[in-house]
Amino acid sequence: MTRQGKTWLIIGAVFVALLVARGMIGQGLGRVYVKRSEVIVKLPASSTSAATISWQEWKQVPPLEFDAAQKANPAQTEISFSWPRTIGLWLAAFFTLAIFSFLYADNPFYKIAESLVVGVSAAYWGVIGFWDTLVPKMFGALTPGLVKSLVQPSLLDPENMQQISMVFALILGVMMLWRLLPRGGWISAWPLAFIVGVTAGLKIVSHVESDLMAQAAATMKPLVVSVTDASGAINIWASWWASVANVLLVVGVICCLAYFFFSVQHKGVVGGAARVGIWYLMITFGASFGFTVMGRIALLAARVEFLFDDWLWLIDPNHFRGL
Amino acid sequence: MKRIIPMWIAIIGGFAMMLSSFVPLAESAGEMFADVFNVVAAIAFVLGAGSLAKQHLEKLSRRDAGWGYSIITLGSFIITLIIGMLKIGIHPNPIFPQAAYSGSNDSEGSAWSWIYEYMITPLTSTMFALLAFFVASAAFRAFRAKNTEAILLLVTAFIVLLGRTFAGVVLTGWFPDWASGLRLENLSIYVMQVFNTAGNRAIMIGIALGVAATGLRILFGIDRSWLGGGDA
Amino acid sequence: MSSANFNNTNASARPWFERLDRIDRRWIFLLMFLAVSGPILWIGVTGKTLPEAPTMAARAVFEEIDHLPAHSLVLISFDYDPASAGELQPMATSLVRQCAAKNLRMVFIALWPLGNQVAQQTIQDVIRDDYPALKEGDDFVNMGYQAGNEAVMKLLLTDFAKAFPKDSRGEATSNIPMLKDVKMASNFPLLISVSAGYPGSKEWVQYVISAKNDEMNFVTGCTGVSAPQLYPYFPQQIAGLLGAIKGAAEYESMVNASLAVDGVATAPKYLQAQRRMGPQLVAHLLMVGLIIVGNVIFFARKRRGAA
Repeated sequence: MTRQGKTWLIIGAVFVALLVARGMIGQGLGRVYVKRSEVIVKLPASSTSAATISWQEWKQVPPLEFDAAQKANPAQTEISFSWPRTIGLWLAAFFTLAIFSFLYADNPFYKIAESLVVGVSAAYWGVIGFWDTLVPKMFGALTPGLVKSLVQPSLLDPENMQQISMVFALILGVMMLWRLLPRGGWISAWPLAFIVGVTAGLKIVSHVESDLMAQAAATMKPLVVSVTDASGAINIWASWWASVANVLLVVGVICCLAYFFFSVQHKGVVGGAARVGIWYLMITFGASFGFTVMGRIALLAARVEFLFDDWLWLIDPNHFRGL
Repeated sequence: MKRIIPMWIAIIGGFAMMLSSFVPLAESAGEMFADVFNVVAAIAFVLGAGSLAKQHLEKLSRRDAGWGYSIITLGSFIITLIIGMLKIGIHPNPIFPQAAYSGSNDSEGSAWSWIYEYMITPLTSTMFALLAFFVASAAFRAFRAKNTEAILLLVTAFIVLLGRTFAGVVLTGWFPDWASGLRLENLSIYVMQVFNTAGNRAIMIGIALGVAATGLRILFGIDRSWLGGGDA
Repeated sequence: MSSANFNNTNASARPWFERLDRIDRRWIFLLMFLAVSGPILWIGVTGKTLPEAPTMAARAVFEEIDHLPAHSLVLISFDYDPASAGELQPMATSLVRQCAAKNLRMVFIALWPLGNQVAQQTIQDVIRDDYPALKEGDDFVNMGYQAGNEAVMKLLLTDFAKAFPKDSRGEATSNIPMLKDVKMASNFPLLISVSAGYPGSKEWVQYVISAKNDEMNFVTGCTGVSAPQLYPYFPQQIAGLLGAIKGAAEYESMVNASLAVDGVATAPKYLQAQRRMGPQLVAHLLMVGLIIVGNVIFFARKRRGAA
């Protein structure tokens, strides 16, 4: 066995031992409980079958509720241990650790997790796109009777223009799916052209309005500001700093734009402005780095919380287990 | 023909969207195009899923390196697709109980929500959480105060990293009121509202000009590189 | 002495900065893990969190919602998925909580495929659990997800029912009582977006707010990665901004303070962001330390090279 293999074996054995030990101490770890409720719904008068239908729903509840229910009535069955969700919880913990294991070295567990996320995500997005957009909009316009009877009885009858536009959408959609076939890939250029054109048309107007004109207007700030306090007197110190802030902002925008002007040589005044622009941009990137770090660490904290709270039951910040 | 018709589709679509912002009569045309766009975007998800399946099936059939993982990808893909498309285990909709497929996939306790909670959530969240480690390693290896610009970047990073946490309060919270502007938490706000705003605003203006120029080049048929095969 | 010579010498003979520079990055990974787990365990056991002083941008979000009269319509867009929930879920929870407490009529939409399920979870955790008197269809409604990104926003501008023809229950938009008078986006005095990227806050500003700036206000919560890019829009186009988990913690503390009941502790689910500031503090100190050590190595090597 290689050294790396031995390392993994030792880590795994220690880990399993710790898990077993944790399971035997205190409340144990990683269990999910659910509460059963009966839902009874009246069928519409036009229905030919029974007047009502019913089913059971299962809602996750904190372990504290299970403990209280068991204490009140040990024979109760309303709140019970959930095998599917508990297995799911342990799988989620396994996936989390499998992906973290990549930090040590690339390994089959990570690759399995990676393959799963790709497969599940692709199918998930496809299903959501189908049921949330294609069915109500496209099938709802082209086959309203079918959609009404099987999916959405409240569907409104489509207008003629809507049906025409959905025929157009269907044609473009089929042409786009042609890409999957071995020949005729050029056919998918039509829907691609539609997407490119519509996107370009949307973006030209929006970017000019919000990112050019509005930003230019927002930069037109007074370079001398007078800040008055509650009594109406001018606060010289606050006015000074507000003016400095505005001057720095206006100068900064102009100098950064000067830097981006590559068709003029960066010499003399333009060169000096471009230099100051670079400094502003470095400060901008430093701020972006700081915020990015903040964001990534929050995501890591959330995962570690899941491991320590939901799975290992080491902490109980939400008071679900009465710790 | 193969390039002219797509070019005209793009031009018509683009101008319709632009005009709908300015001409009330063109508003309904803009709405129609946007509606079609939304449906085509949803079909693009189907295309994405199909491409993935095709790619992994090819990998499997050729027995390329790592084909075993393709089985896992395809297997999870097919199972998720079947569960979602057929709404397996979904309760009827309480409002429309007579419609067989009216129930929502998102209902609690369904197989679909199981996949969401115990597969999608941990897998995608942890993938993103990995970045925290790499950011730390990159900061140790790459961030060097080699010149003025790098020093500015680093100092700003320190101000933001410390000022956006309680560390800033501990380190500089004792500064007197007349120097409150120099407290790290206030400095970080100042950096964001003045320097960061100036830099990002200039970038934004530059991008807006670039987007407008590129968009107009596409809509006037000058730039056809997106059609493939170079300008014709 | 050139660095090439060092490769051939015994590791222990290398200068300290060389040994430190060659440290296996997995030790840094371990340090980061400890920097995050330590505070989580400590806060989990003690329940103590760090105080938060709200900044102007976070206060603006709170006041924008607070100034709305009861029963005002609010459009809340869930533009994120579980991958960014670590940062954004606390702010989404507090935003919905403040809106529910103010008795605003909330319309939820999602422009990310998984955003709808995040919205459902938030509705369950806040509205159904803590505000059960609010009725779906009259006080709040979830319109679900629509594909199309900015084309959905464009459609919303002029025809809300066309953009979202039904809600997540399958009810047609025209049959929903609270949407009777809603024809377009500007019928909502306030738009709230919790966003992880594209499409999100930036696109809302570009496609909707800049067209309807006089008729509707916009407040947003976003990830740390997007926040610096949104500051240029503040406060003219974005009235209030919650940037990253810090913004979430500040806003959360304001909402908790405004809804506090004497003698009743705030429910732990409304303290999530403040709990996560603990690991942020230690991890940020680690990052600063790593950068400093990295530069000490750099300057030591430079001095050695010059000598």
